[in-house]
Amino acid sequence: MSKVSDFMAWVDHRVPLTATFEKHMSKYYAPKNFNFWYFFGVFAFLMLANQILTGVWLTMSFTPTAEEAFASVEYIMRDVEMGWLIRYMHSTGASFFFIVIYMHMFRGLLYGSYQKPRELIWIFGMAIYLMLMAEAFMGYVLPWGQMSYWGAQVIISLFSAIPIVGDDLVTWIKGDFLISGITLNRFFALHVIALPLVIVALVFLHIVALHEVGSNNPDGVDIKKYKDEEGRPLDGVPFHPYYTVHDLVGIVVFLFVFCFVIFFWPEGNGYFLEHANFEEANGLKTPAHIAPVWYFGAYYTILRVVPDKLLGVILMAGAIAILFVLPWLDRSPVKSWRYKGWISRINIIVFALFFILLTWLGTQPATGIYAKLGIVGTVVYFGWFITLPFISAKEKTKPVPERVTG
Amino acid sequence: MSNDGVNNGRRRFLIATTAVGGGIGAVGVAVPFVKSWNPSEKAKAAGAPAKADISKVEPGSMIVVEWRGKPVYVVRRTDEVIGLLAGLAEELKDPNNTVTSQQPAYANNIFRSRKEDLVVIEGVCTHLGCAPKYFPEVKPQAFQDNWKGGFYCPCHGSRFDLSGRVLKGSPAGKNLRIPPYSYVDENTLIIGVDEENA
Amino acid sequence: MKTLIALVFAILPALSLASAGGVHLDEMKVDLEDNASLQRGAKYFANYCMGCHSTKFARYNRVARDLGIPENLMEENLIFGESKVGSLMKIAMRPEDSKQWFGATPPDLTLVARVRGADWIYTYLRSFHQDDSRPYGVNNTVFKDVGMPHVLEGLQGMQVKGCALVVVGFDPLTGQDIKEDSCAKVDHDGNQVEVLYLDKEGSLDAKAYDKVVADLTNFLVYMSEPMALERQRMGFWVLLFLALLFVPVYYLNREFWRDIH
Repeated sequence: MSKVSDFMAWVDHRVPLTATFEKHMSKYYAPKNFNFWYFFGVFAFLMLANQILTGVWLTMSFTPTAEEAFASVEYIMRDVEMGWLIRYMHSTGASFFFIVIYMHMFRGLLYGSYQKPRELIWIFGMAIYLMLMAEAFMGYVLPWGQMSYWGAQVIISLFSAIPIVGDDLVTWIKGDFLISGITLNRFFALHVIALPLVIVALVFLHIVALHEVGSNNPDGVDIKKYKDEEGRPLDGVPFHPYYTVHDLVGIVVFLFVFCFVIFFWPEGNGYFLEHANFEEANGLKTPAHIAPVWYFGAYYTILRVVPDKLLGVILMAGAIAILFVLPWLDRSPVKSWRYKGWISRINIIVFALFFILLTWLGTQPATGIYAKLGIVGTVVYFGWFITLPFISAKEKTKPVPERVTG
Repeated sequence: MSNDGVNNGRRRFLIATTAVGGGIGAVGVAVPFVKSWNPSEKAKAAGAPAKADISKVEPGSMIVVEWRGKPVYVVRRTDEVIGLLAGLAEELKDPNNTVTSQQPAYANNIFRSRKEDLVVIEGVCTHLGCAPKYFPEVKPQAFQDNWKGGFYCPCHGSRFDLSGRVLKGSPAGKNLRIPPYSYVDENTLIIGVDEENA
Repeated sequence: MKTLIALVFAILPALSLASAGGVHLDEMKVDLEDNASLQRGAKYFANYCMGCHSTKFARYNRVARDLGIPENLMEENLIFGESKVGSLMKIAMRPEDSKQWFGATPPDLTLVARVRGADWIYTYLRSFHQDDSRPYGVNNTVFKDVGMPHVLEGLQGMQVKGCALVVVGFDPLTGQDIKEDSCAKVDHDGNQVEVLYLDKEGSLDAKAYDKVVADLTNFLVYMSEPMALERQRMGFWVLLFLALLFVPVYYLNREFWRDIH
């Protein structure tokens, strides 16, 4: 035993291993009333690790050229031993990453985790979300199926809406006059190196910022207000071991669901792996129905509701940008929705339901009733943000308890 | 958070069980990642057994067959050379093929082959992997005065006899490898399969 | 909980992105465990399809192994030309040539079942009918104006699209089928409902032909995801392991949180 502690002392003199572990794990006090919604942060971390690990392995057999990309994915699926499992882990992982991230963000909305003093945590989180969308989009191009190709065509064309430089910008992004192997190759570089580095760095900042101010909780009360004589928050528990064993339960359940999809439902009815993407990219033949992958659905719907290219793009960009300023739109004196007024409480639920609706509409053709629902959904989406400052400042809130309620 | 009432035995048991379970899980997760490094079906197809027509290999001549990206020498030895093989033991590092991984059982003889005249050898030097050159004539060479025919590696001067056995004084330690092979018929050789491994 | 799962699975098909463009598709039950059916399907595929269609992402030896076909049998009956048993299942026809002959290069069929679905293939291969305005004299109700001849005509015979008596019910009193002229009805666009009926007999009756097409479809479903059975088998063990792992993890968590109130 003393050999081990001698070795640890040797290490600690050179690098702050024990101190770091204590600061972020065994002496990091987290509120003891975390509920179901607080699992999703660690799930997101798990999915990031999954994507990086499986991604590295996929690059070993993938060929980023227009001629070989599609065949090399099938090579991974058929010829590489257990390559299919690694591929399904990655493709299912992408969808699960977004499911987890959306739940994680919704948690933030429910309990006001973006409010002072956690604005920067939210901003870093939003930056991660933005980078993740870029990462997912470029990753989706790589298998070089019909949806990869035409999805890329649509998304890159969005930039042509920018006045004056738009068309030149599109050509510059493509590196060609059409989407070609050149585009594929640069997307590959960004997908496997550049963006993952950025995302990992942002995740690091996200956690550093979180651990600086400490975690919020379902009551939105500050646990640092009441401490024992040794300075430990009365309503806090050390993250390790309490939340490591707690998260472990969540992780096993999450993995069960994740593995169920990987092994029994990898196509997810065409939502996780789109049917048309099993057909090789063909620049001369547009599929009858182009739908983005589900996780972009909401923004795609918002893009389509305006019959004007530039306005549509502005509206879509605005839909994402407005999320960044959320901490300053919510002027409520309380954090958690538990103590907000009933209008706010209903609004959060309505907002979430309409976001799901918008997401689903994005995968459907924009005709008839769907087009009308898209307009309603877009109005609700922006309406929620626009009315938030007034409702949150005006409405009567319930008294927040001094201590967490368990 | 006092330790009153903590059942340490129970706690230790649960930690141990979880750790073992997690360890099994981690090994399980590693399986696809490790297995995916095995030769793929494409590599196996490319490394499939190679057929060679030996009807035109005259005594004293050699053909090179590619198998798994390696040169495989197919040599028909002359009667003169075959006669010399048995008397070379003194000059060899391993005259009796003691390293069993270097040849299949049926090539564990002084000819290191199924038939006395025809020998099949992987042209990969056991020193550092260069392809040894073929010097079949029994005559003095620049690298050895009393040369009795064999292979000479241009990289670091390893020498082998016409059975691929390494000569003393070479940097290489092992005899050249004999791949698995068999005869489809009198004139056709198949390299990469034999009855033993079929 | 059970009803919830049942409900989810009931809704899912409706949410599916697969779309056949409004054409009714006959349902086919895929059975990847039925090796005999897969073997027959492979034989039909080699005889009737591989002249024009490749399955260039798959290898002969993998198919032989998965379907339990001895390699030498595979080599003799299914592999044409110079290909080795470990080769990809490509075809000799050059895309430029076939494009000229058919107007479009016959697509590779390795993944067709994942693009179109089994029901589509099953219905498509049974929906050719005579149409003299087309280059090959046939059209298809599932894939309109397809540039493919009816290669299975010798087996099925030739269908015609038009008015015919169709079975609409069963009369329990007489014990006979109730038949009705299909054109007596109109669809919601006001067109008469035309149906396909056999005009010229083939070597097989309708039931036997359907079975041939089912075998072929089964094979193509296997082809599109050859590891499907392995995937499910492995999945069972993975889920079982996670379920077992849940037990100590759950109690470990409870043990630690006992004293937190």
